[in-house]
Amino acid sequence: MTTTQDVLIPKFDDDVETDRKLAIICSKGNLDMAYPGLILGNAALGEGVETHLFFTFWGLDMITKSRMNDLKFTPVGNTATHMPMGLTPLPGMTGMATHQMKKSIAALGVPEVPDFLEQIIGAGGHLWACRLSADMNHLTDADLHDGVEGIINASEFIELVNGAQLLFI
Amino acid sequence: MPVTTMNGRAIQVNDEGFLTEYDEWDEDLAKVLAQNIDIDLTDAHWKVIRFLREDYRTQGETATTRRVQTVGGVPTKEQFTLFPKKPAKKMAYIAGLPKPHGCV
Repeated sequence: MTTTQDVLIPKFDDDVETDRKLAIICSKGNLDMAYPGLILGNAALGEGVETHLFFTFWGLDMITKSRMNDLKFTPVGNTATHMPMGLTPLPGMTGMATHQMKKSIAALGVPEVPDFLEQIIGAGGHLWACRLSADMNHLTDADLHDGVEGIINASEFIELVNGAQLLFI
Repeated sequence: MPVTTMNGRAIQVNDEGFLTEYDEWDEDLAKVLAQNIDIDLTDAHWKVIRFLREDYRTQGETATTRRVQTVGGVPTKEQFTLFPKKPAKKMAYIAGLPKPHGCV
């Protein structure tokens, strides 16, 4: 056992002025692929990192009010499920797989997508929607989660992530 | 295992400074720990700390920020106000508990 002369205090680096910034691009609309962005974003926020989540293409579903509660997971074409691919398109398979996945996620205390977004906002995270994707789907601010800060275009996004670490999902 | 001296007694800590023995903590020590990281404890802070201690006893592991919100009743936003920037780690430190292992 070593005895320390000074009190051993964890370094939380509060006084270190960090300009660390993380931007996560969420481009997928399946239930399984909604989580990596949310979990990493939440973890970054918990470490005091300024975090921006940018939802584009299918990822827009995660922040669209009419769809965010109905994201699905399907084994079709997904060999990572280790199922015989011929069985995956059978009626009911997608519903079952989605249900199973939701159960597994909930068993670990991880929230569903809408609640998770609330937590990320509460932790100071910034949510942005992609202008092109919104236009393609004829969506406006009213269709999106109230916590979304704005619908921005590609240039505005590039300006926003100046100096940021980027993660594409 | 390093041993550090706080509040006049020897406390076992890990290499980072977090307490390793659940029973070596008491509320007096919490005040010292909070001061170490420049936090003034208010009733709101105590609510979180007492919840974390009790929850650790029943669950065997440190509650995550989500659990502090859903079971402890303290919203995430408030946790970030009470324990700025790195709430999970700071709350655990002051409560004399290990850093939470869970992801959310």
